[in-house]
Amino acid sequence: MNAVVVNRVSKVFNPGTPNQVDALVDIELSIEPGDFVSLIGPSGCGKSTLLRLIANLIEPSQGDVLVNGKSAAQARIDQDYGMAFQQAGLFDWRSVEKNIELPLELKGWDKAKRRARAQEMLELVKLPDFARHMPWQLSGGMQQRVAIARALAAHPQLLLMDEPFGALDEMTREHMQAELLNICNQTGTTVVFVTHSIPEAVYLSTRVVVMSPRPGRITEIIDVDLGRDRTEDTRERDAFYGKITEVREALRSVEAVSHGAGFGGVDDR
Amino acid sequence: MLRRALRRSLLFVVALFVVGCGWELYKAVGPEQGGSLLGIPLPKSNNLAMPHTWDMVTRLFEPERGAGGRDLWVGVADYGWYTFRLALLGMVLGTIFGLFAAVLMARLRVLERGLLPWIVMSQTVPLIALAPQLDGWSGRIDIAGWEWPRWLSVSVLAGFLAFFPIAVGTLRGLQSASAASTELMHSYAASWWKTLVKLRFPAAIPSMVPAFKQAATLAVVGVIVSEISIGVTGGIGRAVISFSQAATGDPAKPYAAVFGAAALGLAMYGLVVLFDALVMRHRPQEAAG
Repeated sequence: MNAVVVNRVSKVFNPGTPNQVDALVDIELSIEPGDFVSLIGPSGCGKSTLLRLIANLIEPSQGDVLVNGKSAAQARIDQDYGMAFQQAGLFDWRSVEKNIELPLELKGWDKAKRRARAQEMLELVKLPDFARHMPWQLSGGMQQRVAIARALAAHPQLLLMDEPFGALDEMTREHMQAELLNICNQTGTTVVFVTHSIPEAVYLSTRVVVMSPRPGRITEIIDVDLGRDRTEDTRERDAFYGKITEVREALRSVEAVSHGAGFGGVDDR
Repeated sequence: MLRRALRRSLLFVVALFVVGCGWELYKAVGPEQGGSLLGIPLPKSNNLAMPHTWDMVTRLFEPERGAGGRDLWVGVADYGWYTFRLALLGMVLGTIFGLFAAVLMARLRVLERGLLPWIVMSQTVPLIALAPQLDGWSGRIDIAGWEWPRWLSVSVLAGFLAFFPIAVGTLRGLQSASAASTELMHSYAASWWKTLVKLRFPAAIPSMVPAFKQAATLAVVGVIVSEISIGVTGGIGRAVISFSQAATGDPAKPYAAVFGAAALGLAMYGLVVLFDALVMRHRPQEAAG
């Protein structure tokens, strides 16, 4: 069974008004369990919209989305996925462990079980000694790790991430990428990851989905066969550069198609 | 935290001293029987109209009435305690109804549009116009042998005043939760009620605190004004009137009631500050300001 199936999905914002936007047109995508799929493309290509459709934060105008074989709405209610955004979005009145416990609290777990899981998650994201800290006492990178721990707290099979490292500096970012891969390898979580960065997409993904704007659609899906255990050395390999070039060229043709609409959000970092 | 509290207290004492000095300075240079300067009327500075600050203070330690009996400050404290309890009850009533209205309006947009104008309008009705109406209840309401006491009308009126900032401040606070965090709660399939308890209320605290500070002082003012207009004895409101009547022979006495009223307002305000410090102790320093 596929982890995610997006079946001929279109999304129109403000239909029938002068502000009508065809955010996504006729999207087909299936994601297998254990896949790490990045969505990349210039601003306005609808990559975040696609992620939010999978999360059932918005409804498609046409077509349907299946998560773990059920409707996206049911999957949200069943908490089949965890989510992390660009802003860590921690509640600043809750300690780090209480933030991680939030989804578990809402599932009605008892306190002892929640505590144990929060501690387990803090060890997973390498912050075991920060349970009692308040979010504002942590650096941006640490906050983002807590957000990832929160997203993974209920052991979801699917993790949806919207530019989670976008606000971090380059060094922290690379470090977090390696740790995210580690966590995914340990837990076998399927990930859908929205990013602006080509190297980030290539380093993390088993598949990179290249999207183009106006209207938003998928132009190319690139398999990244760099093996499962990637390290810092992976970033030096020729195959890595080869894939970066491939994704970049796919994005260039996107640019050509959209008549020099600008490369917008995509960067070569 | 403690250092800031100390610094603030010190500033308060300094400010009080400065006001006292200003008072005495005017007494020293101002015209005894009043007059005018460049067309601006000047108040009389004689001891009957403006008693010395030290006379006001020493008056507190003299008997309330004539010779013998309790000292004036004991009397003021007694009236103050009575008024304080009524104000506290008013604050509780205002909080209950204020929070209820805010949650209701946050839940239903339609209600916000429908209810808010009424809430704003309710505050334009002068308290002294409402007081006699409410006081009329005391003779008429009788629930299973329990009669509506007159002091309850006073608290209800105070609550009526305190209600407004609480309702408005809380509503604004409940709506202040970021889009990202409400979306997060949505992704957890959290119910509206769970979102209210786990997200909206905690997020509302920073805007609720100033609203409660305002409500606290309004509750005290409301009680004092209502005590006077309803004619409830035993509180500071009554003391303000009866002490003023003694002013011709005892000019320092009314100020004892004024001090009492000011102390009450400060005490109520202090309660809110304490509450604030308690619930905000783990928040970032900027937000606690």
